[in-house]
Amino acid sequence: MRIQVSGETKEVKDGITISELIQEEKVETPEYVSVSVNEEFIQKSDFDTLSLKEGDRVEFLYFMGGGR
Amino acid sequence: MPFTDEQLERYSRHIILKEIGVKGQKKLMNGSVLIIGAGGLGAPAAMYLAAAGVGRIGIADADVVDLSNLQRQIIHTTADLGKPKVESAAETMKAINPEVEVETYHEFLTSSNILDIVKKYDFVLDGTDNFPAKFLINDACVMADKPFSHAGILRFKGQLMTIIPHQTPCYRCVFKTMPPKDAIPSCKEAGVVGAMAGVIGSLQALEAVKFLTGAGELLTGKLLTFDALNNKFHTIVLPPRGEGCDVCSDHPKITELIDYEQPVCSLK
Ligand SMILES: [Zn+2]
Repeated sequence: MRIQVSGETKEVKDGITISELIQEEKVETPEYVSVSVNEEFIQKSDFDTLSLKEGDRVEFLYFMGGGR
Repeated sequence: MPFTDEQLERYSRHIILKEIGVKGQKKLMNGSVLIIGAGGLGAPAAMYLAAAGVGRIGIADADVVDLSNLQRQIIHTTADLGKPKVESAAETMKAINPEVEVETYHEFLTSSNILDIVKKYDFVLDGTDNFPAKFLINDACVMADKPFSHAGILRFKGQLMTIIPHQTPCYRCVFKTMPPKDAIPSCKEAGVVGAMAGVIGSLQALEAVKFLTGAGELLTGKLLTFDALNNKFHTIVLPPRGEGCDVCSDHPKITELIDYEQPVCSLK
């Protein structure tokens, strides 16, 4: 099935979970990433169980602390 | 007061813009911005806001200029080494535009002084380099109802968002709570390309200009990310404000400012 990850269309296996997608996308510091699906935040406790659906829009939001 | 001939010339490229014009330039000149951190992000922001003729600019930083700063903190020069950053920054800003009033705070902003300082300005720009400061600025601006620009940079990436407290999502709406010390790589450990500070700091200055003049749409309810290595700007639309947020929901859990320990990134 196709979903959107960070604005780009990706082909992933049907029913992929957030945790599986995090692995597949090689997300850096996955313990501290915020995830939204269709503009709603997903609780960390649901990462293993929430299955994505065709057309879902997924965003990873990263801590970025630098500035000086 | 009407513009002098010199002002008409200095600000002519603003005045000619239909989104700014004479009215917008007056708003800039009557406006005030507080820049927290006179470093990578604060440097370009302070220079552009001074050049833009923002009437009063506050700049806060407790540090002195260090050789490793000069790769990106373009408001300071080699001759400024060892000088308080706020002093060096103020000199550059005054040199660019003697009309602007610069107020310097050569001190760390903490839970005990930040609210009083933030309240004196129309808009705040977070140019700090560590999570304790970023959470403190967010919470203080939410409590004081002060619009601000948040930003972060690392390696070849940067991101920013603008917050109108109690109307649009705040930093804590997105990032909830402080990551543990050393959990997230810092610029000192991981590096940052100098021009990234210029890109993101300039975008923050643009947000301040848009806020003061009312031009266009602010970057609220969105996180804009930039990845220089693959040339991608991406706008993430954020979920609505406040739901479950510890500081900006209608029944906040955090009602007093917190001084978190241990900066994650103590970039010198
Ligand atoms: Zn919030």
